[in-house]
Amino acid sequence: MTMELDVFVGNTTIMDEEVYQLWLDGYTVNDAVKVRMDGGVLEECEASADVLLSDTMDQYKTFQMCERLLHSPSKLGNQLLFQIPPHRQAMLIERYYTFDDAFVREVLGKKLSKGTKKDLDDIGAKTGVTLKSCRRQFDNFKRVFKVVEELKGPLVENIRLHFLLSDKLARDYAAIVFFANNRFETGKRKLQYLTFQDFAFCAGQLISNWTVGAVDNMVEDMDVDLDKEFLQELKELKVLITDKDLLDQHKSLVCTALRGKTKAFNEMEANFKNLSRGLVNIAAKLTNTKDVRDFFIDLVEKFIEPCRSDRWTAADIRLYLTHYNNSAHILDTFKHQVVWDRYMGVVKSCIFKMYHD
Amino acid sequence: MPGKLKAKIVAGRHLPVMDRASDLTDAFVEVKFGNTTFKTDVCHKSLNPQWNSEWFKFEVDDEDLQDEPLQVTVLDHDTYSANDAIGKVYIDIDPLLCSEAASVISGWFPIYDTIHGIRGEINVLVKVELFNDLNRFRQSSCGVKFFCTTSIPRCYRAAMVHGFVEELVVNEDPEYQWIDRIRTPRASNEARQRLISLMSGELQRKIGLKVLEMGGNAVVGYLQCFDLEGESGLVVRAIGTACTLDKLSSGSAPNTNTHMHPNTAPTSNACNSPSKDGKEPVFGEDLTSSGPPTPFRALPTTSSSPPPFSPSKPCSRQSSSSDTDLSLTPKTVEPVRRRPGIFLCPSSPTLYTDTLSLAGSGSVGCGHTSAPRATTPPPPATAHSDSVLLRKSVSFTEDLLLAASGMGSGGSVGKEAGPLKTLLRQQTQTALEQREFPFFTLASFPPGFLVHVGGVVSARSVKLLDRIHNPDEPETRDAWWEEIRQEIKSHAKALGCHAVVGYSESTSICEEVCILSAAGTAAILNPRYMREGCLDIGIADHRFEEPSPPSCGFCHVPYDELNMPFPAQLTYCYICRRQKVPDVLFTTINLPPEAAVTGKGCLIQARLCRLKKKAQGEVNATAISNLLPFMEYELHTQLMNKLKLRSMNSLFGLHIQISVGENMLLGLASATGVYLTALPAPGGIQIAGKTPGDLSNEHHILTIQKRINDTIAKNKELYQINPPKLFALDPEVFCGINMELTEEVVGSPIPEPRQRSRLFRSHSESSDEVSELDLSHGKKDAFVLEIDDTDAVEDIHSLLTDAPTPTGFYSCNTEIMPGIHNWTSGVQMFTSVRVFRLSNANLTNQGLNKIFTDLCENLLKSFYFKLRSMIPCCLCQLNFTVAVPEEELIQVAVTAVAMTFDKDQTQEKTADKPPTKGGSETEEQLQFSMELCADSSSANCQPTPKIPGFPESTNVSSRAAFVDYGSFADRCSTWLELLRLKAHTIRRGSVKTSRRTQSLAHSVSSLERCSPLPDGRSRSLRSDRSFRGSSVTVVKMTPLSFLPGTRIIKYLGIINMFFIRETTSLREEGGVSGFLHTFIAEVFSMVRAHVAALGGNAVVSYSMKECMLMENPNKNQAQCLINVSGDAVICVRETDPEPTPSTTNIGQTCASATDEPT
Repeated sequence: MTMELDVFVGNTTIMDEEVYQLWLDGYTVNDAVKVRMDGGVLEECEASADVLLSDTMDQYKTFQMCERLLHSPSKLGNQLLFQIPPHRQAMLIERYYTFDDAFVREVLGKKLSKGTKKDLDDIGAKTGVTLKSCRRQFDNFKRVFKVVEELKGPLVENIRLHFLLSDKLARDYAAIVFFANNRFETGKRKLQYLTFQDFAFCAGQLISNWTVGAVDNMVEDMDVDLDKEFLQELKELKVLITDKDLLDQHKSLVCTALRGKTKAFNEMEANFKNLSRGLVNIAAKLTNTKDVRDFFIDLVEKFIEPCRSDRWTAADIRLYLTHYNNSAHILDTFKHQVVWDRYMGVVKSCIFKMYHD
Repeated sequence: MPGKLKAKIVAGRHLPVMDRASDLTDAFVEVKFGNTTFKTDVCHKSLNPQWNSEWFKFEVDDEDLQDEPLQVTVLDHDTYSANDAIGKVYIDIDPLLCSEAASVISGWFPIYDTIHGIRGEINVLVKVELFNDLNRFRQSSCGVKFFCTTSIPRCYRAAMVHGFVEELVVNEDPEYQWIDRIRTPRASNEARQRLISLMSGELQRKIGLKVLEMGGNAVVGYLQCFDLEGESGLVVRAIGTACTLDKLSSGSAPNTNTHMHPNTAPTSNACNSPSKDGKEPVFGEDLTSSGPPTPFRALPTTSSSPPPFSPSKPCSRQSSSSDTDLSLTPKTVEPVRRRPGIFLCPSSPTLYTDTLSLAGSGSVGCGHTSAPRATTPPPPATAHSDSVLLRKSVSFTEDLLLAASGMGSGGSVGKEAGPLKTLLRQQTQTALEQREFPFFTLASFPPGFLVHVGGVVSARSVKLLDRIHNPDEPETRDAWWEEIRQEIKSHAKALGCHAVVGYSESTSICEEVCILSAAGTAAILNPRYMREGCLDIGIADHRFEEPSPPSCGFCHVPYDELNMPFPAQLTYCYICRRQKVPDVLFTTINLPPEAAVTGKGCLIQARLCRLKKKAQGEVNATAISNLLPFMEYELHTQLMNKLKLRSMNSLFGLHIQISVGENMLLGLASATGVYLTALPAPGGIQIAGKTPGDLSNEHHILTIQKRINDTIAKNKELYQINPPKLFALDPEVFCGINMELTEEVVGSPIPEPRQRSRLFRSHSESSDEVSELDLSHGKKDAFVLEIDDTDAVEDIHSLLTDAPTPTGFYSCNTEIMPGIHNWTSGVQMFTSVRVFRLSNANLTNQGLNKIFTDLCENLLKSFYFKLRSMIPCCLCQLNFTVAVPEEELIQVAVTAVAMTFDKDQTQEKTADKPPTKGGSETEEQLQFSMELCADSSSANCQPTPKIPGFPESTNVSSRAAFVDYGSFADRCSTWLELLRLKAHTIRRGSVKTSRRTQSLAHSVSSLERCSPLPDGRSRSLRSDRSFRGSSVTVVKMTPLSFLPGTRIIKYLGIINMFFIRETTSLREEGGVSGFLHTFIAEVFSMVRAHVAALGGNAVVSYSMKECMLMENPNKNQAQCLINVSGDAVICVRETDPEPTPSTTNIGQTCASATDEPT
C-alpha cells in the first residue's frame, strides 16, 4: 500500500522559505524532514510525519521545476508557469544566488572550469557544505561569469540587472568574477587568514580604480581587465627606490611627519626602505600576468608580514601609509603623482582591509 | 457570411532551442481557422522572434466562429527535412462573439505541446467583426452569454429564469480510431484536443440556440462534462439554466460599459451597424451606460417577450423512449430527505403503493420494479433495495402550510400567508409543470427566489455502453438521461415540490459499465422569476410579500404533514413558530445568505469502499446496481451520524459521488454541516449493546458512549454551537428548573435530551420513562447506535477518528462558510491529486474503508499544514473527486480555495462594528464587506424587526401539533434485525415543540453580519507592483463565484479548456508526481494566460471537471487528460470608485503591469 502519486499545486505557488533553504543547502528530502521535525513545526500545526514528508517532497518538486527559471532570473519575472508574487520572486532569486563564504573562499581566484568542478567534493568535505550546494554555487559563479563576460558597461550593474540581485550580492559576484578572471592567488597558506569579504573589498577597489572601466566606461570587459597602460606606467614609479636621493628624501619626509606620533616609530624608520622597496616593486612588476596573480601574496609578504612582526597596530599602518603616500607629492623631482595616487589609493585601502590585528 | 476573424502574430519569447548546432531556432507560425491557414515569415535564429505579422483575415460563418477554435501552431523551419512543431495554442474566440464580453484577445499565450508541455510563449492579437444576421433559421447563437457560476452573476439581475437547457453531442474518440495505430502520439493527442474543442463549441452553440428559442439571453450554471467511453465513443454533454439577465445599471455596473466601449455607447440602439472596434454589439442597447435599465431580450431573431410561463421544452432531442435493453438494472435513488435509519423501512404496504404510483411511474428501472426483471437478488437485498426505493420516494403531495394554518396557530401572519401562498404556489406550479424538466442548475439564489426546500432527490442508473453507431443521432444517451431526469422530477413531485434546484449530473465509467447519476434539491420557487415583468425582484422591498421570514422560510416543509408517507418529525419552526420544519434538512444548494445559522459549519464527509467481483457485461452491471442501494444507505448513515456528532441539523452542498472500478466501488459524500436556527437541536447519539447481560461489554459500551459524548461536547465548542442559550431557558419556564442546571445541560449533550424528555414528557406521547443509558431501540430520544457485531464497532471507531480541523482552520464544500462573514482578501486556490496503490490483494471492505478514509483525512491534514501561513482561514468549496483509474488504485482529486478572514471580528458579535483592521495576516488585507453577497445584504436585515412580534401563544398550539412516531420506530427495528444491520433509530420523545420564541435574539445576532462593514483597508496591493519589469498580469482563480474584497465589474466569457499531456520519459520528469505537478501548473498557467489576454484579472467558478491519469511506469510512459472551466472576469477592489485597471488592460498588448488589483 503506497502512495503512488501526491501532488499539490496552488494558483499562487506555495513556497516555504525554510524548506527552500534546506533544498538550497542540499539536504535530501528525508534529511530535510528530519530537520523540520526537530524544528518543531509539527507540534505547531498538529500534523503528522507523513504530512511533513509529503509537503517536503512537494516543495522540492516545485523548487526543481523553478530551478530552470532561476538560472536566468529575468525569465522568472515574465514566465507564465508559476504565479509568484514579486517579493517572493526576489527572495527566491536572492537566496538561490547566495553562497557560503567558506565555500567561495576556496574557489576564489580559481579557474571556473570543469577541473575545479571535479574538486568540489573535496571542497565540500573541507567546508562542510554539501556537494549539491557546492555545485549550485559553483554553477552560479560560472553562469554569472559567462554572462557578464560578453557585456559592456559596469560589472556590478550588469550583474545586478541581469540576475536581479541585491546590490550587496551583485558586488560580491563582481568580486568573484574579477578574481576568477585575473586568477588572483588566494589559496596560499599565508593568505588563509583573509576572509572572502576582505578579498571582495579589495576587488571592489581594484575594479573601480585599476581597470579599464575606471577611465572608459563603454569597453567590453572594462571592469574585468586591469588597465594595461596604467600597469605600464607603474614601472615609472621605480624611480622612488632606484634614485637614492629620492628614496632618502622620501624617508626623511615620512619620518619627520611620523616622529612622536607612534610607538612604532623606530621600527618604521628602520624598515622604511625595505617597505618602500616592497611596495614599489610590486607596482613595477604588475605588467606580468604572473605577478598580477601574486598581487595579494606579495602585499602580505612584502608589507603586512614585516609590519606584523614589528607589532604595528592598524592605526600605525594607517598613519604610516598616509604619510608615505602624501610625502611623495612633496618630492619635487617625482613627476608621476597621478599614477602614484592611483596605485597607492588602492594599495592603501587593500592593506587596511587585509591587516588584521 | 456573418463574420470576419482577424489575427495577428506579434512575437514569441523563451522559445526552446530547436537547432542544436546553433542553439537557436528558426521559428514561424501557422494560423489556422477552419480549413484556412496562413503563415508568418520565418524569423531566423532567434529564441525571441518578432514576427509582427500582418492581420490574417478569415471570413467565416458565425456558426463556425462558435464551434471552431483559432489554432496557432509554432514551428521550426528546417530547410532539408520536415518542419518541426514547437507547440500550439488554441484560442477560443467565443468571448469575442458577445458584445458584453471582451472586445479583443491580446496577450502572451504559453505554447503548448502535448509531449513536451509548455515551450515558450507567443503574443497574439485576435479580433472579430460580426455582421448582423437576421436569418431566422440561423444555426448560430452568438451573443448568448455563458456562465459557469451557479448563481446570478454579480453584475447582473435576473429578469427571468427560463429553466433547464441540456444538450449532448457524441463522436468517435480519435484515440480509438484505426488511424491511431499509425500516427504519432502527438498527432493523436492533438486530434483529440481539437475534436473536443470543436464538440464543446458545437454544444455551446446548440444550447445557445435553445436559450434564444426560450427567449433568454444567457445560460447560468453551465456545466459541461466529457464521458470518455473508450471504444464506444466520446460524449460531450452540458446542462444549464436559461435566464434573461439584465446588466445592473446602478452602482458599479455603468462604469464597466462606459469604459469598455466608449464609442458604442452613443450608437447603442444601432443594432445593425457593426461597431467601430470590429465587434457587432448584438445586444447593442445593453451598452448604454446608465440610462434606464433596458430589458435585454431584444434579440433580432426571437420575439422579444416569451409568454410568461414559457413551456420551455427544454432541449431534449426528440429521443425515442428509453432503450430498455441497455438499462439493465435498477436505478437507485437516494432518500429524499434522509432521516435516521428508522425511516428507511416504515414499510407499510399502503405506503408502498402510494410511493410507486407517485414516484415510480417515470422511473423505468427503479429497484422495486426491476428486481424481478433484471436479477433476482436474495431476499434481504430485495428488502433493502425496496427500502431504499422507499426512502427515495418519500412522497408528499400536499402543502403543509395549509395544514398548519388550518390548525389555527392563531398568528395573524400565518392566516394571511396561507392562502396567499397557496395561490402563489399554484401559479408557480402550473408554470413549472408545463416544463418538461423544472430543473435549475443554480445553487445560490436571489433573495426570495427559494420559497421552500424539500430535500435531496437523486437518481442513479447503471448502463452498459455499446458503440455509438451514428454520431448524428445520440438517441441512446439522450434517452438515458431523459429517464433519469424523469425520475428526479417525479421524486420532487413526491416531496410536494415543483422544482429541483442545485441540479447536477455526472457519470462514472469503467470499461463498458457506466453509472449515470443526477441529483438536486426539491424545492418550491417563487413564481415571479418565471413570469414576465417582474424585473425588480431582487430588490428588497418586495420581500415583504413573503409570508415567512427569509431567515427560516426555506426550511419550512413543503409537504403535507398528514399525508406524509414516511414518518418525519416535524416541529414548529424555531424562528417564526408558525410553520413546520423537519428535524434534519439535506440539500445540494448553498446555504441561502439570509438563513439564520447558529455557530459555524463544517465539512462532513462519508466515505465508503465496497469490493465487488470482477465481471463482464450484464453480470457486472447487475452486481453494481445491487451494490448501489447498500452504498447509499451506508453513506447516509455515516452522514447522519457525523452530523449528530457535530451537533448540527442540516447539510448543504451535499454531493454524493459513486465511482466504479473493476473490483470495487467507491462512494464519497461531501457536504457542509450547519446548525440551522430554525430547526430543532439534534439529539445525541446513544450506544446500545445487543447483549445487556455481558458486563465487560457493557463497560465497553459505556466507554464508547463517553467518548461520543465528549466529542459532541467538544464539537459544540469548536463550532460555537451554543444556540440555545435561550432554548435552554425553556425548562425553567416550564418546570422551574434553575439556571445552573441549564448551563450544565448545554455542555453535556447526552443528559440534555434525557432531561428534556423528562421535562417534556407531558407533551410527548412517548410511553417510556427515559432515564437509563441502555436504551433499547424503539424508544425515541436520541439517535441509537447498536453494537451487535464488529462492523458496528468499526463504524463507531471510524466515526470518532475523523480528525478535527486544527485551530484557525475551517472547511466547507459550499461557497462560503456559514458563520464566517468577514473575509479578507487572501485567496489561494489549489488542486491536489493523490493516487493510492492497494498492494494487499485480499482486502476486506473494512480494511478498504479505513484506507480510503485515511486517504481523505490525510489529504485534508496536508492542506491544513500547507496553508498554515494563512491562518485564520477557511477552505471553501472543497470539491473531492474520487476515481478508480485501475485495479488497486484509488485516485482522489481535490480543488478548493483557502480564504483568509478576520478572526477578531468573527468572535465579536455586536452589531456595531468593526474596528479598522487589527491587522495580522497577509499583506493584502482587504476587508470583505457583505456587498459581495450582492443584493441580498440589505434584505437580510429585515426580519429583525419582525421577530419580536411573534406572540408567545404559539407555543400552545404548536404543542398540539405534535405527532408520535413510536410505532414506526418499532417496526423499523424489526426490519433492521432482519437485515442484521446496525440499528439506527431516533427516539422521538424529545420533540422540542415547546421552544419559545426568544430565539429571536439569537437570530438577530446571526443576522448582524448583514450590516455593511465599513472598510478599514489598511494597505494597498500596489506595493507589489514595482518589481523589476515583470509584465505578467496576476490572475486570481477561485472555485467560488466571487473574490472577497473585490467587486466583479465585467464577465468576459467562459473558459472551457481541455488538455492532454503525454510523456515517454516519465522518470526524467520526476515520476508520475513530477509529471502531473508540471501538467497541472501548466494548465493553471494557460487558463491565466487566456484570462489575461481577454483583459481579465480573475477566474471565478473555476473547476477541474476531469483529471484522468493513465500511467505505465514500466514503459516509462504516462498520459493525463484535464478539463477545466470557469468564468473570466474583471474585478476591482471593493472600494475602488472607478474600475481603472481594466481600461488599461483591455486592448493593449499584454504588458499590463502587475499592479492589477486582484
